[in-house]
Amino acid sequence: MRFGKLRVVALATAIPIVATLLGCGGGSSSSSKASPTPASNSQAIMVNAGPANKYANGLFTTVTVCVAGTTNCQNISGVLVDTASFGLRVLASALTLPLAQQKDASGKPVVECAQFADGFTWGPVKTADVKLAGEQASSIPIQVIGDPAFATIPASCSSHGPAEDTLQQLGTNGVLGVGPFVEDCGNSCVTTGTQNPDFYFGCTGSSCQVTGESISQQVRNPVASFAADNNGVVIDLPAASASAPTLSGSMIFGIGTQSNNSLGSAQVLTMFLSGTFAGNVKTTYKSTAYSGFFDSGSNAYFFLDASLTGIPDCPSTIPGFYCPSSPASVSATNAGANGVSNAVNFTIDNAATLFGNSSNNVFPTLGGPNPGFFDWGVPFFYGRRVFTAIAGRSTPGGAGPYWAY
Amino acid sequence: MHAPEVPNSLRWVRRGAIMACLFVIALPAFATLGEDLSSISSDQVHMKAAVRVLPGQFYSIHEMQSPTGTAIREFVSPAGVVFGVAWQGPSTPDLRQLLGSHFDEFIQAVQSSSSRRARGRHVDTGDLVFDSGGHMRFIVGRAFLRSKMPTGADANAIR
Repeated sequence: MRFGKLRVVALATAIPIVATLLGCGGGSSSSSKASPTPASNSQAIMVNAGPANKYANGLFTTVTVCVAGTTNCQNISGVLVDTASFGLRVLASALTLPLAQQKDASGKPVVECAQFADGFTWGPVKTADVKLAGEQASSIPIQVIGDPAFATIPASCSSHGPAEDTLQQLGTNGVLGVGPFVEDCGNSCVTTGTQNPDFYFGCTGSSCQVTGESISQQVRNPVASFAADNNGVVIDLPAASASAPTLSGSMIFGIGTQSNNSLGSAQVLTMFLSGTFAGNVKTTYKSTAYSGFFDSGSNAYFFLDASLTGIPDCPSTIPGFYCPSSPASVSATNAGANGVSNAVNFTIDNAATLFGNSSNNVFPTLGGPNPGFFDWGVPFFYGRRVFTAIAGRSTPGGAGPYWAY
Repeated sequence: MHAPEVPNSLRWVRRGAIMACLFVIALPAFATLGEDLSSISSDQVHMKAAVRVLPGQFYSIHEMQSPTGTAIREFVSPAGVVFGVAWQGPSTPDLRQLLGSHFDEFIQAVQSSSSRRARGRHVDTGDLVFDSGGHMRFIVGRAFLRSKMPTGADANAIR
């Protein structure tokens, strides 16, 4: 079931149909011909400390999950909005619904080891209806993290890093991956050869083996499965001029599909699909080019390291953040594969000082090091409308994958 | 439509000064962080990877590319000790294999941290330094041991 491809075809065929309807309208202005009201496509999002009260710049929303095809639903709050992963994952401890377990070809329950930059989430793949604003992704695979029914993590999963299977480890009740791809793994997970990266397992009791997972069975970006507004998302957050306790904004589904999600003056930076910057844009800093990406699931500007930026790391009590003695101004230029580029200027403050006020969770000047690229995290999103277009989906700015702001 | 696979690209920020004195020979020998070449547990076999070795003035770099598309570089001192490892690819490599006895130290350091959460990982136990970051389908990381760094080696080159 190549869901995504069908969607694209449906969209393409809908255009001439709409044109025909418009052409045959006969000049009638009767209100009885009004088109159906578009689905509400705006979802509330908020920056706060999250359900574990430990996040800085954590961007959260509430997701409605239902037993597929039923009205047996549950609202799950404190779910991280992540434009750099793909698919919905919720903690088993936050879920009360009896969702259907996905089975592999031999009838074994499918359990996933989803690999992130900071660790992995382990838990079964289940089928659910996912509702966001007025949109619905029907009967899609999601991951249930840390399900006690699959408590034993196979070594071929745990060797990929630290587990993030509890509220304390994850810091959220779930992750809503609305990034520029549809599936969380892709072709390498379909077969069980040496190229398989150990994402999907078939389990018998506590014994789990890597299993081939078809594209349509893989955990997938819910937005890609919406009936409409399914070509991407807009993260729309107001500016934050200083640290603050919370900040509210909107996640708008679709790009150029309704009056509230047009690109406007935003510049489209397309993703490099091959070469040095594959999967990213090119970010140039001090005349050197690095990979760059836009990640609402990253809670700071994470870029390069102290030796390249001259900005010192924080003491070991605050690992992973920068602690300059005075505010550091940084400028870098992003360029898409399409050659469109623009400069971004930002300031990094001392994280130890920022975190000194424990009532604040919104930090527009929070930064940290990483192993050699530009991760434009939540502070970048403050005061911008950031568009993430899904691979292969058409938009008024061209086909995804791209970012625009 | 199925999303295009992010190609298994492997591009490292190379230091010209180091690269200038490298040349390529074939030598299928790998070890894990902190261990010496003679104690090979063979990451190469474990990772089913092809290998090349780049000898240098102060240390050598053993490069391999796993079938999952992740590139791994191991930095070996003149004494034959692996003092650093770096990786980049669409998924995370087998860190238990790469970090060896330091894997548990890394996991414990992560689990004992109670600070504000950051995306990616930055662990510094005094000797072991671990950094990882990126996003789903683009994972980048490195680890090194300060105590094993040979003369002339720069931690910034471990990428």
